[in-house]
Amino acid sequence: MTFPVEDKQGFSVVILNGEVDLNNSPDARKVILTCLKKMKHVMVDLSNVEYIDSSGVASLVEGFQYARTNNLEFGLIGVSEAAMSVLRLARLDQVFKIYASLEDRLENGS
Amino acid sequence: MNVETTQPVITVNNLVTYYGDQKILDDVSLTVNAGEIMVIMGGSGSGKSTLLRYLLGLHSIDGGEICLFGKDISRLSTREWMEMRKKIGVSFQGGALFNSMNVGENVRMPLREHTQLDENTMKIMSRMKLEVVNLAGYEHLMPAQLSGGMVKRAALARAIVMDPSILFFDEPSAGLDPVVAADLDNLILRIREAMKVSIVVVTHELDSAFKIADRITVLDRGRILMVGTVDEVRHSDNPRIRNLLTRTSEDEPVDADEYLQRLTEGAMRN
Repeated sequence: MTFPVEDKQGFSVVILNGEVDLNNSPDARKVILTCLKKMKHVMVDLSNVEYIDSSGVASLVEGFQYARTNNLEFGLIGVSEAAMSVLRLARLDQVFKIYASLEDRLENGS
Repeated sequence: MNVETTQPVITVNNLVTYYGDQKILDDVSLTVNAGEIMVIMGGSGSGKSTLLRYLLGLHSIDGGEICLFGKDISRLSTREWMEMRKKIGVSFQGGALFNSMNVGENVRMPLREHTQLDENTMKIMSRMKLEVVNLAGYEHLMPAQLSGGMVKRAALARAIVMDPSILFFDEPSAGLDPVVAADLDNLILRIREAMKVSIVVVTHELDSAFKIADRITVLDRGRILMVGTVDEVRHSDNPRIRNLLTRTSEDEPVDADEYLQRLTEGAMRN
């Protein structure tokens, strides 16, 4: 499974959807890191994520760490409740930059 | 996949097991629904830890059936069982950490065994789970350097590192002081809430059972006395359950002749 990427207003938006687990999180990781190597501003849209396991969240953490190391922007948008509960468990909701939507990020800045 | 439904993830039908000639579990039937915390409670020798070992497929049953995710585990091939094991996390009473590995390596062990994930991903996953159990920064310690409560939490981190759909605990509070035990109970509730995991807890600790259980199965001498909600168990009229709740032992009827014989055999001189 490949996760789609949309370019919008200077951002690469990686769209994760459905279930992100051990079977497809390596693909999510690859797509996220590839985007960060091409673009300065990357958002991951989690609005249609029904379930994300630790391997999926680890892909987000890796993306965030890569962005910080290379002075890039990385954030999450439209985090679904299913994804948010997993982030909260490890207190990662306090670590990631989280926006309601891409418009929210554009209006309120990073 | 973790989905909260009322479908049973565990079904035990008329389970019978023997140890030699002695019947250990006798006609045990129960279900555990998705997202539910089922506590299996009973006194020493009631068969609760034995039941857990059978649920984990560690022994062959002598009668009845055990189904996990709708599949009879006695009929699974080795390969099918290995696949199912990925969805099951276990936190054993003593922790069962590998003494030759540090905490981080212990927690990563199931990932190494069952996945081909990138090394960095595995490290992040294990560190996330150590964060969850409040052991962040302890990954380089060896098990011998941990307190009893820390060993339990490290074992829990390892049990949840694969995001299981069913989590088994054997006596999670045993040997812990009340504050540490209460912390662990809260942690179990938080994990259920966030991961929507079904949890089976074997315990003889009443406070812990009443705090975390959705339903309680009370075992006595290998048979089920009752399956009910916390309130139903708490207010049960069954004398054996009352004994368990009030921590009193019920006296067995005494056979005077046999008892006297036991006491005096070889001791009396004419």
